[in-house]
Amino acid sequence: MTVADIVSILNARVLCGENRLDRTVHSAFCSDLMSDVLAFVNEKTVLITGIINPQVIRTAEMLDIRCLIFVRGKEPGEQVLSQAKELGITVLTTGDAAFTTCGKLYQAGLRGVAIEWPESEDET
Amino acid sequence: MSMVHQVYPVAADDFTRAGEASADIKRRLKQLGVSSAVLRRVAVASYEVELNLVIHSDGGELTLNVDQDGVHLISKDVGPGIPDIDQAMREGYSTANEEARSMGFGAGMGLPNMKRNADQFAIESQVGKGTTIEMTFKLA
Repeated sequence: MTVADIVSILNARVLCGENRLDRTVHSAFCSDLMSDVLAFVNEKTVLITGIINPQVIRTAEMLDIRCLIFVRGKEPGEQVLSQAKELGITVLTTGDAAFTTCGKLYQAGLRGVAIEWPESEDET
Repeated sequence: MSMVHQVYPVAADDFTRAGEASADIKRRLKQLGVSSAVLRRVAVASYEVELNLVIHSDGGELTLNVDQDGVHLISKDVGPGIPDIDQAMREGYSTANEEARSMGFGAGMGLPNMKRNADQFAIESQVGKGTTIEMTFKLA
């Protein structure tokens, strides 16, 4: 599925990065906890979140996340958007809550990132 | 690969600038041609340790060294120190304040996540003195 497909499935609004809607998306991750995003995401993915502070963009930058979907109608400030623009991150917003957003995308065939549980103890 | 040595001061509680050092580290390593898999692990660990300096320390610095052995990240702060490192290393344990939590951090994943991403991880702390974390990432 492409980012353009996501826009139409969610009836989302594109806040920036409209020139990159043809990007292919392979998986998604949904969390308001950036700690968990940093701990569990280990592939290029779409991030679905209700947190709109600058640290979301930083987290995306560190993990090479190229598309953010803000749920519950959240819209970040100008500074956050210009930072996203600079980094080539596409930012979408949808009026749906996180659960509904995930449900719609899952139904359309998108799947979650593979979660790798850390080994319980270092054997070496 | 050429030698890189860079020191980034990190201020306590400065959430607006948190991540700037890690973003610069990531850019530099990318320019050096570090593979994207290693780059991602360094970036995550660097961001986690930088956030820890902002959230938990009284201020400190993050140092990047690159040599033949790989990428080295050293975080050094001036306090307050960690009383029980074993407890701090446990997933889910966090002493982060409300502000950090409101930004989506403080889930108690930071230190374990650093250890998981680094090839070598060492932490040393003294209450009243400060904490030093050293991480190494092999390039191959």
